[in-house]
Amino acid sequence: MTRADAIPQRKAAGAAQTATPRGGRRWSLGSVWLHLALIIGLILLVGPFIWMLLGSFKPTPEIRQIPPTWLPANPTVQNYGDLLAKRNFPLYFLNSVIVAFAVTAGNLVFCSMLGYALAKLRFPGKRLIFLLVLGMLMVPGVVTFIPLFVLVSNLGLANTYLGLMLPFLAGPFGVFLMRQFIGELPDELIDAARVDGATEYYIFARIILPLSGPALATLGILTFLASWNSFLWPLVVAGEDHYTLPVALALFSVGQNSTNFGLLLAGAVVVVLPVLLVFLALQRYFTQGIAMTGFK
Amino acid sequence: MTAGAPGRAAPSAARRHLREALVAWSFALPFLILFLVFMAGPVLVSFVMSFTDLRLVDIHHPFSVNFVGLDNFARLLGDQKFLKAVANTAFFVIVGIPFTIALGLGAAVGLNQGVVRFRAIFRVGFYLPVVTSIVAVAVVWRLLLSADYGVVNTLLGFVGIKGPDWLHNPATALPSLVVMAAWRNMGFLMVIFLAGLQGIPALLYEAAEIDGASAWQRFTYITLPMLRPTLLFAAVITSIGYLQFFEEPFVMTQGGPLDSTLSVAFYTYNQFGFGNYSYAASMSYSLFLAIVGLTLVQFRFLRSDS
Repeated sequence: MTRADAIPQRKAAGAAQTATPRGGRRWSLGSVWLHLALIIGLILLVGPFIWMLLGSFKPTPEIRQIPPTWLPANPTVQNYGDLLAKRNFPLYFLNSVIVAFAVTAGNLVFCSMLGYALAKLRFPGKRLIFLLVLGMLMVPGVVTFIPLFVLVSNLGLANTYLGLMLPFLAGPFGVFLMRQFIGELPDELIDAARVDGATEYYIFARIILPLSGPALATLGILTFLASWNSFLWPLVVAGEDHYTLPVALALFSVGQNSTNFGLLLAGAVVVVLPVLLVFLALQRYFTQGIAMTGFK
Repeated sequence: MTAGAPGRAAPSAARRHLREALVAWSFALPFLILFLVFMAGPVLVSFVMSFTDLRLVDIHHPFSVNFVGLDNFARLLGDQKFLKAVANTAFFVIVGIPFTIALGLGAAVGLNQGVVRFRAIFRVGFYLPVVTSIVAVAVVWRLLLSADYGVVNTLLGFVGIKGPDWLHNPATALPSLVVMAAWRNMGFLMVIFLAGLQGIPALLYEAAEIDGASAWQRFTYITLPMLRPTLLFAAVITSIGYLQFFEEPFVMTQGGPLDSTLSVAFYTYNQFGFGNYSYAASMSYSLFLAIVGLTLVQFRFLRSDS
């Protein structure tokens, strides 16, 4: 019935004989090595985060100690206290949150609207719009930031929240995702509503959006994450009172705080921890995003 | 199929089409305005800008700007720092891509084995760095790679190796950044490869096993060829990211030592910071062309496949 049954097991007789309930799998020598390699990989990938978290509770001299310590010898929250009280981190945190929420909301609204039009309505220019959006899918921020900066400064929006958000309110990825997803919703639903006299706006708001929950969730999470981690544009356009967390942290790490390691590690924790928690809570949406764009 | 519709639409199909088009455009317009002004527009302007002599002082006086033809691009070819940045970026891509793919593929193939326990924990753990800010990760790695008190050199010390001063040595700084980038991105490729591996029929492996093919033969003769489209996709998506690497040198090395980690994106940012807007635009456009070129190569490969 299962593959494991069909294939003769060529395992060393000495290997553990404890068969698992289903499938008759054993801890063969090969699978022990495999698990060992995977565990080493896991330690290498997750270890730096644990070290960062532990280090954020150490005073800087302990971080610079030779040899380094693993657990903090004298745990302290001094680094976090410094971030809160002396370094404006609450403001930077707030800036990051405001920008990320606005950018996410913008993408959810604008991308689902265009996604619906592209997926379910017929209109002249549709193909052109889709090709344009598709063509911009890969445009790197480094290409656009200079003219954007000139534009945003001339609009008087440099160092404002609007200036930080505007370039990212409507991104091509969201259109692509929403069009794919809405396209798979049955036409019959929409036709039936039309027959009943519903307007396209009603259909969009009351039928399409409620059925697009998984796509909206995926888009929302991925957009939030991208905004939270974005660096080049906020670095270019934000003054000190509009720094987002990554900008503040990066400028700390190359500026006069560059040797204040405790502070830097605590700052890194503040940047990383929120997205790690979101990721651990909602991880299925992250891999769904890859599947939903039609890539298999 | 839509039996009820014709009755309603009978008055004028043309009018109904017009209405539908108007409604559709009203759905499209908010996105399109933002998109054209803040994305498609700047891509064009950036192109035009790279043929001018725009500098910081001209920013509010667009009419004092002159067209200078290909001067900026000619200057690029004679700019030793830019050429160094191109070489560094090429190294980052050419070494980083295969390395990252190998790690991601190794993890995916490993996790795809039937025997693996706690698969979900490994998958989440391997993916963890992907969601984190490069800036934060770079801050942490700068400390891990420190010559004296760094964890990496301490661990190497246990096995009797005296590690170099990774980030302050021109020979090791760029490779260190490549390793960190691979560390951060392998989880993303792992997820893509896992999806690709699911698409390979188990029948192929069974047949090969019956014919006596070794695990390595099954990998090279079934897994790799079947994964080809996935591998190309992974290569292109990763190289688009790697071509723009910026945060790593910004946080860890500031492009040093001796420009050994200066990337095209970082040099572009520096020139922008000096107020040389048009010169910076010509650099960023060169980078863009490299990205477009790579993507086209990818499409050619994929098309010849189907």
